[in-house]
This record gives sequence, C-alpha cells and structure tokens, in this order.
Amino acid sequence: MSILPKTSRRDFLKLATAASGGLLLGFYWNDTAAGAPNVVGNMSLTPDDITFNSYLSIAPDGIVTILSPNPELGQNIKTSFPMIVAEELDADWSKVNVLQAALDTQKFERQVTGGSGAIPHSWERLRKAGASARQMLLEAAAKRWQVTTDSLTTSQSVVTHAASKRKATYGELAAEAGTLPVPATVTLKDKKDFKLIGQAIRNVDNHEIITGKPLFGLDFYREGMLFAVIQRPQAFGTKIKSVDSSAAKAMPGIVDVVTFKNNVAVVGKSTWQVNKARKALKIEYEQDGASESTPDHDKLFKTLLDSPEATVRRKDGDVDAAFKQATTVITREYQCPFLPHAPLEPMNFFAHVREDGVELVGPSQTPEMARNETAKLLGVPAEKITLELTRLGGGFGRRLKADYVLEAAELSSIIEAPVKVVWMREDDMTGGSYRPAVRYRFSAALNSQGEMIGYKLRGVGINAGNCTREDNFPSGAVDNLLIDSIEHKSPITTGAWRAPITNFLAFAEQAFIDEVAHAAKKDVVQFRLGLLDKAKRTPTGAVKYDIDRMKTVIQLAAEKSEWGKKPKVFQGFSVYFSHRSYVAQVAEVSMKSGKPVLQKIHAAADCGIVVNLSGAYQQVRGGIVDGLGHAFFGNLTFSGGAADQKNFNTYKLIRMKDVPEVDVHFVNNGIDPTGLGEPALPPTGGAVANAFFAATGKRFYNQPFDKQQDAIPQANIERM
Amino acid sequence: MAQYTLNINGKSYQADVDADTPLLWVLRDTLGLVGTKYGCGIAQCGACTVHLNDNAARSCTLPVSAVRNGKIVTIEGLSEKGDHPVQTAWNEIDVAQCGYCQAGQIMSAAAFLTKNPKPTAEQIDTAMQGNICRCGTYHRIREAVTLAASKLKS
Ligand code: FES
Ligand code: FES
Repeated sequence: MSILPKTSRRDFLKLATAASGGLLLGFYWNDTAAGAPNVVGNMSLTPDDITFNSYLSIAPDGIVTILSPNPELGQNIKTSFPMIVAEELDADWSKVNVLQAALDTQKFERQVTGGSGAIPHSWERLRKAGASARQMLLEAAAKRWQVTTDSLTTSQSVVTHAASKRKATYGELAAEAGTLPVPATVTLKDKKDFKLIGQAIRNVDNHEIITGKPLFGLDFYREGMLFAVIQRPQAFGTKIKSVDSSAAKAMPGIVDVVTFKNNVAVVGKSTWQVNKARKALKIEYEQDGASESTPDHDKLFKTLLDSPEATVRRKDGDVDAAFKQATTVITREYQCPFLPHAPLEPMNFFAHVREDGVELVGPSQTPEMARNETAKLLGVPAEKITLELTRLGGGFGRRLKADYVLEAAELSSIIEAPVKVVWMREDDMTGGSYRPAVRYRFSAALNSQGEMIGYKLRGVGINAGNCTREDNFPSGAVDNLLIDSIEHKSPITTGAWRAPITNFLAFAEQAFIDEVAHAAKKDVVQFRLGLLDKAKRTPTGAVKYDIDRMKTVIQLAAEKSEWGKKPKVFQGFSVYFSHRSYVAQVAEVSMKSGKPVLQKIHAAADCGIVVNLSGAYQQVRGGIVDGLGHAFFGNLTFSGGAADQKNFNTYKLIRMKDVPEVDVHFVNNGIDPTGLGEPALPPTGGAVANAFFAATGKRFYNQPFDKQQDAIPQANIERM
Repeated sequence: MAQYTLNINGKSYQADVDADTPLLWVLRDTLGLVGTKYGCGIAQCGACTVHLNDNAARSCTLPVSAVRNGKIVTIEGLSEKGDHPVQTAWNEIDVAQCGYCQAGQIMSAAAFLTKNPKPTAEQIDTAMQGNICRCGTYHRIREAVTLAASKLKS
C-alpha cells in the first residue's frame, strides 16, 4: 500500500442543512484525485466508478459502492451506515457493495467507535450523502429526457418518468450525473417513507466471516513482515532493572530482541517462535511505584467512604436536615472488581516505519488519535502516516487506547522493518487499561409516607475519575441530594470499558432503589414511576434525562413481562439511561428443586429510530449477555501489583449454558437514532439481582455474584 | 525444524516448522490459512477449532508433530462455496457480531451435527459450551445450530 496523496481542497463544499439545525456538513465531492481507498479483505473501487461524495460511488454496471468510515467491532456499523446512505439514495440494496474506509480526516469526521455515538453523530450527514447523489441522478435523467425532476421518481436504483414510461438505471446515469454540480440543499425523505431503515438486514461481511477470509488485524500479513511479542512488566509499579536476552536471541527464528521503555520485544519469523523465545528472557524488575493488592483496595475503599475529603458532584437542598427528619434511613454498599476487556481478538497492530512515511494497519476504535500519537512519538508529520482499519474482533473500549499501536510503530522504527506486534491472551489480561474497581455507598431517607426525601451517593474508585453520574436518575426527583466521589491514583492502569462507570453504577443504583421501594412498601415499578412524576411536576435542580422516554420504556417492559402477574415467577426490575438511550429490563427467576434459576430477561429499549432491526436486536441481546456474564463471573484480582488471572482458565467469561432467554422490544418512536452499542448492558445486573432477591430474599451487593455464596448459596444460572 | 506433510482441506501442504509448533500457528503463520483464530492458546475458548479426522479439535494445543496423516479440515475447506448447511444457517440467522469467534463456532457445530444430526436444545448447549463468544451471540448460535440441523435432515 502506498502513501496516499493529500486530498486537494479544491472541491470542498459545505452544505447547510435545512432550517432545522443550521449544522454545517463537510463533504469532498467528485474527488477522484485521492485514488482508490485502501481496504483489507474487501474489493476496491474500479477506475470506472463515478464518485459522488466521500461516501458513495456508482459504477456503470449499477453497483453502488458505499464507504463505511467507522471502525467495525461487532456493533454492525459497516451494515447500518451504508443502509442510511442507500435509503436516501433509493438504492437497490442487493447491488450495494460496502468498503471499510481507511482513516481519512479530509473526507470523514469522527472515525471513532465509542460512546454509542457513531449513528447519532452521522445520521444526518449520511442521509444527505445519499439524498444529494439521488438528486444529481434525477437531474441527469431530467436533462436527458428534457423533463422536470419533479416528474421523476426513484426506486431500487432506477429513475422512472411515469408519464412517458421511460426508465434509466443509476448505472446508466452515473457518468452524466457525476459531471453535474452538487445541489446546495437537498430534501430528505419523510421518515414514514423509509423502506430499508428499520428492516432486518444481514451483516455485509457474513460471507467473509463464515468462510474464514482474512478480515481482522491478526489476519493481516505482508511479505517480509516480522512478528513480535512484547514482554511487559508483570506487576504494575515495577520497571526493568536488567535484561539478559542472550538465550532468547539464540533460539530458532529469532531476528532480534530489543528493549525500549519498559518493553522487551522479541522479533522473529513466526508467532510461535517469538512467543517461545520470550520464555527464555531473563528480566529483572525493580519497584517503581506502589505495589497494590486486592485486599489493600478493599481496606482503602472502606477508609475513603468515610473520608471528609470528597469532590462534590451535585448538591440539591439540605441533605443533612432531610436525614435528621427521616423515619427510615437505608444505607447500602456495593463493590465491583477490575475487569479486563478481553475482546476475543487480542491487541495487535502492524507498523512499517519507512524513510518516506509510516504505514499502520490494524484494529483501532480511534484511528485518528492513534495516528496523531504516532506522529508525535516518531516526530513524523501526521500526513505522512496512513492508517488502514481492519475489522475489530471486539473492542469493548480497549481499542480506544493507542498504546498497542504506538508500541508497534516504535518497534518498527527501531528495527527498521515491517512488523506485526501480537499480544498473547496473557498479555491482554495482564496489560492493564481495565474497568476500574469501585465501591459505592448509597443512603436514602424516607418520611413516614414512604417518600424519599433525601438521597446520598459516595463513589470511591481506583483511577476511576468521577465514578458517579450525578445527573442521572433519581437526581431531579429528590429534594435533598448529595453526590460526591473520591479517586485513588494507582499504578494499575484503567480505561473506558463498555458503558464506562455505568456498567456497574447502574446495578448498584437499581439494586438500591429496589431496596428503598421495599422499605417504602411500594411496588418497585410504581416507586420509580412516582419519582419520575415528581421530577416532572416539581423538579429539583436540573433534570438531564428525558422523563417521558424513561417512563415509556418502564411501562413497555412492565407490560411485555406481565409485571407482577405471573404466579411462581420472581421478577426483578431495572431501568437505566446511558449514552442518550433508555433501556428497562425485567429478569425472571424460578425455583427449580429449591434453587433459583434465571430463566428470562425482557428488555424494552428506546434508541430512537431503529436502523437495522437485526443488528439492533443483537446489540440488546449481546449487551445483556455481556452485562450478565460480568455481573456473575468477571473478577480480576491483584497480588503485589500483578493480575492473578491470566487466561480463560481462571478468568471466567459467560458461556452458552449461562445464558437465559432474552426478549427484546423497541419503542421505535421516530426520533433520530440515539445509539445502542452500550445502553442495554447497564440495567442487566440490577434486574437480575432484584429477581434473585424476589425469589430468595437475599441480595447481591458485590460483583461478581458467584463469589457471594453467603448471600445466595444456591446461586447458579442455568438454562431450563 | 522438521518437514511435515499435512493433509488440509483435501490438499497436501508442506511445512518446515519446529515439532512443538501448534497446528494453529502452522495454519496461520506458515500456510496463510488465517480463518482459524487464536483466542487463548490453552484450549479454553474454541476460536481455533478445526476438524481432525472429522472430530472437532483445538488446534492451539495440538502440536503439528501429532497430526501425522490426520485429515484436517479448516473453515476455509468446510465447503467449497461457503454453503455448508451450518454456514448457510449462520448467514440466515445473521449470527455474527464482531465475527472473530464464529469460524470456531461453525467448526464445532458442524462436527457436532455430523455425530448428532437430531440434537435436543440441551445437547446443543452442551456441544457449544466450549466456544466462547465475547460479543454474546449465544442466542443466535442456538438458533443457527437448530436451523442447520433441520437443513441437514432435509
Ligand atoms: S485458541 Fe485454542 S481454544 Fe482458545
Ligand atoms: S462474534 Fe465477537 S466474539 Fe463472537
């Protein structure tokens, strides 16, 4: 792959949106100077393709090629992005070819996968990309037939003039249309006319996936490329004292062993050989920071929860007075451990640092940041660095960091050769960037009518920043409220993990609310609805969630699960707002031979318009499985700064038999999409814990649940 | 290093590798058959599943020297056009999220259905218990194995 010429700015156009938002959208139109985009494991554009804009080209044979700029990690963006373009284009989906675009900051914005933000961010610009190309095709047909554009219709990649019964395919019109000026404004479809959006469309990479084609970073191969593994310090808070690599260097297939920063890289001809030689390294480490263990953290949390020094995140009313007046006070604590992301494809990246530029290829959720950090590290201008995206074998937030890209780039610059750095599972598990361990203390003050008049939350976490979400429910619904947090700085590195913070906070909050509702002698669903009504009628402070959207998912979940109406089924409720979307869940537990068994989870989701029903359905089910598995089993502990669990034999991930039935319902209220990559995960732990409580009278306070044999001795989830 | 002749997907391949090299890395690094995936290297996740003499095998812990004349089938050779009933079912049910585990899932399911063409729901769960899907596509895997079984019957 060559370094791409920098795109000229000559045809940059800004389109003002319709009166609504005044948002400015940038596109590069008719830009063929950039040449064919580089992609991995997919066909590329041919010279005959007429490029209409950054996203789409049409070939004379009618094949519409749509570029998907954002990293695909299983959230199905590579299918749903092009669907949005094809919808407005009125393209025949069976003739759409989708390509993964390389990083291109000239053509695309926010080539990021994270924060459930891709669709919300790009929704309008993708629609405009399709609509303006359609408009150009209409104009080409109008010119050809000497008719007006409003006498024409489009459907399935064909323009029709009904009056004269003339038809032309997009392929036939593409060359002509490509020469026309880009319309300054375009009319978007009325949402009720959507044909493709809302359908269940299969993953565009299905064939490649089921036939084992090279799609992932780990599959990338280049003639002459070397393989490398890196030995990093096993314990956080240590650094290299000395390295003896003589034995490793002498092993078959080893080309070099190089030490940089705290890394010892073994470079050679195959993954197996470098990994074997790595075991022959003799490295001594010395202390370079605190050496922390899980029991230290447990103690520390207790101290911090009582500390007078905390950062206040939100304060409404007079919380001390409310607690003094209370007839009932409930205080509960909840704790979670560190978690590795453990995407099934471990970290890896290919780098080739040459005199004339740098080539990077691999799986990244943030390619632009990875490129910019590489530029800084190597002192090379960013324009001299290309970054091609492969498919990502999962991400869960881990690939938002660029550490593994930088390592590959630095190593390539040292050895002056193309190299792919591969992390073994053990490297991935012990390499940091974890979901932070956190402990919460919640307190509620109830008056004699069972109304919550005071609410306190203290969050303490390890490298967790603000581990609260101070404006989330029930803020706004309680007159006297105090939310604060304390962060402990540790050498154990942390990072964003799918639904950062809320992946555990939601469980703690929803389990606590359940307990408060019981103490108030109210139905747990009615209790939540009552709080929402109060936030609507007499809000306290700012209300930063949409009360009506939250109520709607609560009611939908209650209705679909027949809340409270099923004999012998113990139900648990949970609802959460995160990343702009709302999801409510009802978990159902039955007693089988004296044991509580999780049988089903009902989910009601409001993510606005559902783009691809198949992908969306799986996002919710997958998010629930993820939330359930980590609530029950995920546990990464530390001894002397080193992770105790290093692979899947000691770190349990959820498997087939642990998975209950899941039923998914969408509100589909017609509002612009609000994101779905994360929001289904946070509510699961709470719904499940509350259902186990309903069945057994015992509560889970800490994750993983399966470690709390005292709380619920028969805890097991199995499929009936 | 030693020379091994391997029978993979009905073809004969030569590989000059160390005797202890797991079949997984011979497939991936030496022969360029990268459809078989690495997930754990310790027979825990199933991403590396291939067929050895029609049985599902974890190629990450199978030394190449132990393969001998064994008949190996990888995801690339499960069918010529990607239309093995298990593959077709995987497409129809739209199983994959990230897709990384799916070659291993498909190979496990295909070997299982050859031995048990009329499985119960419990037998499917047991058969697929050794394959991790970090994305959580388990519901669809269940559905797809069930669909594949019905395709094999007809
Ligand atoms: S890579 Fe072989 S079982 Fe995980
Ligand atoms: S689809 Fe991603 S690991 Fe299974």
